Amino acid sequence: MAVTVPSPTPTVEAMSPWLEAWRVFRSNKAAMLGLVILSVIVLTMSFGPSLYGVAPFDIAGAPFTPPFTEPSVWLGTDYLGRDVLAGVLVGGRATVLVGLAAATVAVTIGVSIGALAGYFGGWVDTALSRVTELFQVLPALLFAMVLVTLFTPSLTVVIFAIGIVAWTGTARLARAEFMRLRHLEYANAARAIGAGPLRLMLREILPNALPPLIVSATLIVGSAILFEAGLSFLGLSDANVMSWGLMIGSNRRNILECWWAVTFPGAAIFLTVLAVSLIGDGLNDAFNPKLHLR
Amino acid sequence: MTRNLWLVLRRLGLAFGLVLAVLAVNFTLIHSAPGDPAMVIAGEMGGADEAAMAAIRKNYGLDKPLPEQFVTYIGRSLHGDLGTSYTYNRPVSELILDRLGPTILLVLTALLGAICIGTLMGVLASRRPDSLFSGVVTVFSLIGYAMPVFWTGILLVILFGKVWPIMPIAGMRDVRMMGAGTWASMLDVLHHLVLPAVTLGLIYVAQYSRLARASMLEVLGSDYIRTARAKGLGVWAVTFKHALRNAMMPLVTIAGLQFGNLISGAVLVETVFSWPGLGTLALDAILGRDYPTLLGVLTFSAILVIVANLLTDVSYRWIDPRLRGR
Amino acid sequence: MTEYSPLLSVKGLGVEFRTRRGVARVLDDVGFELHRGQTLGVVGESGCGKSVTALAVMQLISQPPGRITGGEVRFDGRDLLQFSESEMRRVRGNRISMIFQEPMTSLNPAYTVGDQIAEAVRLHEGLSKAASLARAVEMLDAVGIPAAAQRLHEYPHQFSGGMRQRVMIAMALACKPDVLIADEPTTALDVTVQAQIFDLIADMRERTGTAVMLITHDMGAIAEMADRVVVMYAGRIVEAGAVRDILSAPQHPYTRGLIACAPGRRTVAPGQPLEEIPGTVPSLLERDAGCLFANRCAKVMPRCRAELPPVTTQAGGHQVACWLNQETSA
Ligand SMILES: Nc1ncnc2c1ncn2[C@@H]1O[C@H](COP(=O)(O)OP(=O)(O)O)[C@@H](O)[C@H]1O
Ligand SMILES: [Mg+2]
Repeated sequence: MAVTVPSPTPTVEAMSPWLEAWRVFRSNKAAMLGLVILSVIVLTMSFGPSLYGVAPFDIAGAPFTPPFTEPSVWLGTDYLGRDVLAGVLVGGRATVLVGLAAATVAVTIGVSIGALAGYFGGWVDTALSRVTELFQVLPALLFAMVLVTLFTPSLTVVIFAIGIVAWTGTARLARAEFMRLRHLEYANAARAIGAGPLRLMLREILPNALPPLIVSATLIVGSAILFEAGLSFLGLSDANVMSWGLMIGSNRRNILECWWAVTFPGAAIFLTVLAVSLIGDGLNDAFNPKLHLR
Repeated sequence: MTRNLWLVLRRLGLAFGLVLAVLAVNFTLIHSAPGDPAMVIAGEMGGADEAAMAAIRKNYGLDKPLPEQFVTYIGRSLHGDLGTSYTYNRPVSELILDRLGPTILLVLTALLGAICIGTLMGVLASRRPDSLFSGVVTVFSLIGYAMPVFWTGILLVILFGKVWPIMPIAGMRDVRMMGAGTWASMLDVLHHLVLPAVTLGLIYVAQYSRLARASMLEVLGSDYIRTARAKGLGVWAVTFKHALRNAMMPLVTIAGLQFGNLISGAVLVETVFSWPGLGTLALDAILGRDYPTLLGVLTFSAILVIVANLLTDVSYRWIDPRLRGR
Repeated sequence: MTEYSPLLSVKGLGVEFRTRRGVARVLDDVGFELHRGQTLGVVGESGCGKSVTALAVMQLISQPPGRITGGEVRFDGRDLLQFSESEMRRVRGNRISMIFQEPMTSLNPAYTVGDQIAEAVRLHEGLSKAASLARAVEMLDAVGIPAAAQRLHEYPHQFSGGMRQRVMIAMALACKPDVLIADEPTTALDVTVQAQIFDLIADMRERTGTAVMLITHDMGAIAEMADRVVVMYAGRIVEAGAVRDILSAPQHPYTRGLIACAPGRRTVAPGQPLEEIPGTVPSLLERDAGCLFANRCAKVMPRCRAELPPVTTQAGGHQVACWLNQETSA
């Protein structure tokens, strides 16, 4: 028989969970490193191109100029003589913008489908789960390749193509969260005072399901960036917009002659995705303090 | 027993339903693309002649109402008729069967290799979660995840094409090996397989090692591990017999879920290494506006994923007896 | 070995845990003896170090964060703390076995119960697979599991909590150990099942002659089963003696409190509020100089806060660590 003794309650001032999460995040060195890298990248791609002033598609020197040999084309030139540095500076814009926009599309679709399935359950859940399963078995890149090919490859089409293939994980997560939360006290209380399903889902349940969804959204940004890079590498994105993937793809046949034209843009993609996933991990730890103790 | 049989039938039924749904998606795509479906099917091969277009219209029943077309399309597809490639002038299914082997070889080598190596790394890292090795595994998994797979491949091509030419960097066979004996040509294929498989496997080694580490750490803290140690079992028996099997669950789940991504990755890797698989077939089809082939590859890859999911389900039940009979 | 020397004798055992807030001294100078065929009861509030004591005997404390800082655990004349890991493995499950508080999670869900019992037998006695499975059937039968030969091939999730604890007991006793450590074997079980498990342990002890170290909150079970009792508080032993002496004439104010608020055996349903000893257990992070119970003790004296009370031994080996006893005997 338990002789229950109240354990001493720690005197931590009640903090808002968001503030608390930020405090944990801030003390996470890897996550802060990610934040710094990402800030530098975003600042570079915002102001770098106009400060540098060389257009990425212009011929800036002799083809195959190696890096660190000509001060005018510091990172060398590619097989056509285009300035690699100019491409690296501006090429992130398309990649990151498409990544963000596609992640927004994916999260919107995923949360909507997952929320409906989780909230209503029953046949709605069954039907939506089958739809999710269908999109899970379609290999994402191939499906996006088909979409981009059937419609003209513009940034908008690429955004939607990626968004349409990347939402299934979020949907499963949102479904689980909404299922878990729909019967919790505040939901029942709100229902009792006559709140409709839409209001309940948006105002009562969604805010409480946000932390895991935010983490998952961050990770989707990372994979959407990789996805955009892959499509541009294959030459399936807008050929008139310079991007890191496009730089690598267009120099693919000449990699042995100009390794720099593929290495630098690739490193830029790598650093961006690394920064985003460091931030994602940091958010995950910040929202799951239990795991953080380990 | 009858209950188990019923469950198996149900799973197979669901899988078959998924195949139908994939076909329905294809059909929708053909008909929602801008322009004449016959044109889409023929491929925009520089003004396909009228006679060919008429043949396609008749062949596909494109003059019939949509529902009827749909039923015809499904029926033909289920008979293995995925149409004809107007670029190669061959049935799409034949083209695909030619390319299926190399892709499966690449994907399975990468996946199984990644599961074995990643799990082993994760298990070793979990033994001493604060050690240097454990830290290296964590950093490696972050790096491996963030490297674009085609870039990794290109870096390897540069390394082995320029600096250290001991590995073939393109294709699946050496022309000089034509007509060599079975063993010699098998070795040749394996030699060509090394770089593509390593490239594709690397991301998954990164993911699985991290996942295995976390999963093992959780399992190693559970009560039955303490029981196993209280029984007098040694560290390795506890780790590999009692912990690993339970820690495999999330790994199998992820491996199953990610099979589609694996195929997506294979498309990029095949492109980098000119590996003659479904990915390069799809890319050639795009360049040649050969839609039947492109859609055929999509269908077939989806079927591969469906089969992979069925296998995942089977291994679940093998790993965790609590799931049997469900 | 003379027959009077104890089978298991613990002396001056100290254990520390490194935590994020500092080093917690979880066991301090713990000592007790367990004789062949006897049952030693160990009682005390949650968190007083009972499980850590048991795990220290088994050498199963995870290091880090734990660390055994000193003392000896003499088993059959040899100090287990000096044993290598491989020597210790021959002791665990073979000569000293342990069962745990959580039968629901203490068995591996991936293997049949037969496998899990037979594994220990194969390991320690080198029997063949068939022979070890036959032993497993015998054991399942002995712990009262009906249709043992069939249930051998079932998985833990197919058993109820009480049945799983029976399986745990079968596994622990399969190699005929000298000592069985039962760490709150019934706490997680239904009240009706609790009595059955205690009866089973008592019965198995009669049949096998295994000495039992019984950790429990259940004073009724202690009264029925134990020969001697040790009372722990905040990582120290505050009172020890024959079960009759402790239950009928407790000396330490903490023991009195425990017995006063313990319900008659199984008369209070679980979850029903009990009378409590007021106050809270002091932090183990920084131990004060005096008696750790001082801040909750109704009879506290100035001296209690200044100096650790020494142990006094009375007739019948009844030991108490309390200044009150010093005062009266002095
Ligand atoms: N792994 C551990 N890390 C840190 N502290 C621990 C650990 N295990 C036990 N402790 C501490 O040791 C003390 C005694 O625990 P335990 O022996 O489990 O108590 P009980 O008497 O309830 O079995 C508790 O204060 C507990 O917090
Ligand atoms: Mg305990």
